[in-house]
Amino acid sequence: MKIRVHVSLKNGVLDPQGRAIHHALEGLGFDGINDVRAGRLIEMDVADGTTDAALEDMCRKLLANQVIENFRIEKVA
Amino acid sequence: MAFTAAVITFPGSNCDRDMAVAIERITGGTVHRVWHGDAELPSGLDFIALPGGFSYGDYLRSGAMAARSPIMQAVVAEAGRGTAVLGVCNGFQVLTEAGLLPGALMRNAGIRFVCRDVPLVVENNQSLFTARYSAGQRITIPVAHHDGNYFADSETLDRLEGEGRVAFRYADAVNGSQRDIAGVLNAAGNVLGMMPHPERMIEPAHGGSDGRALFESVLAGLGVAA
Repeated sequence: MKIRVHVSLKNGVLDPQGRAIHHALEGLGFDGINDVRAGRLIEMDVADGTTDAALEDMCRKLLANQVIENFRIEKVA
Repeated sequence: MAFTAAVITFPGSNCDRDMAVAIERITGGTVHRVWHGDAELPSGLDFIALPGGFSYGDYLRSGAMAARSPIMQAVVAEAGRGTAVLGVCNGFQVLTEAGLLPGALMRNAGIRFVCRDVPLVVENNQSLFTARYSAGQRITIPVAHHDGNYFADSETLDRLEGEGRVAFRYADAVNGSQRDIAGVLNAAGNVLGMMPHPERMIEPAHGGSDGRALFESVLAGLGVAA
């Protein structure tokens, strides 16, 4: 089973990397960019029987730091 | 009993020797060097230090992998028993990731790695780690980090301030940290995490010795013979 875990910064947490990317895009001449937030994508291949609870446990214990980050689990196939 | 300390080395730690030398020179005690893969700490420890560096190459998040290494379970247990634990720089990041301290350390607001001496203000001189400083004292300690931007929600920040758990504050903005927080204590007061490096400021050759009082405070506070 292919899993994608999307990790993103919580609302209200300043994102220095997103801001730098934003400035760099504007430096390249792209305009009309309102905001940029940078996150992380983790792709996993797990045994078919892996439960949702186990996947969420992985996110809470390691893949995301819930002080600053949210996570979303996507089952690809 | 002589002062007995442990310095943990993770793959990618690079301030572990400096930390061990600082503890030895200032306390005159015994320092055990402990590898991250060990499951147990030496017995009879007074003090545990998590050094600076780039454990596991800062993979995933700074300190995230180190916080899940075998030795950290033993460190968390020792901290729970009241043993003094100091985390500096990457060690601070490891302590937050391990849940021993609140908050998180994010990329510096200015994006750049910051490596220079910075002025700090001693906010709380009543703690095990800071009793040899005076309240409000300005000291100079070097920083060297990319991810030192302290973040916690405002409720947590208010609680930390209210409980006197902000040990050190940057005198000037350094990295975007909320309320310029440079070092925080746990609720019991036996765990301190800080981004600046006191072990790099302990003798005139370092350009100053403002870091000495931190180690002297611990030695005096624990009442262990040097």
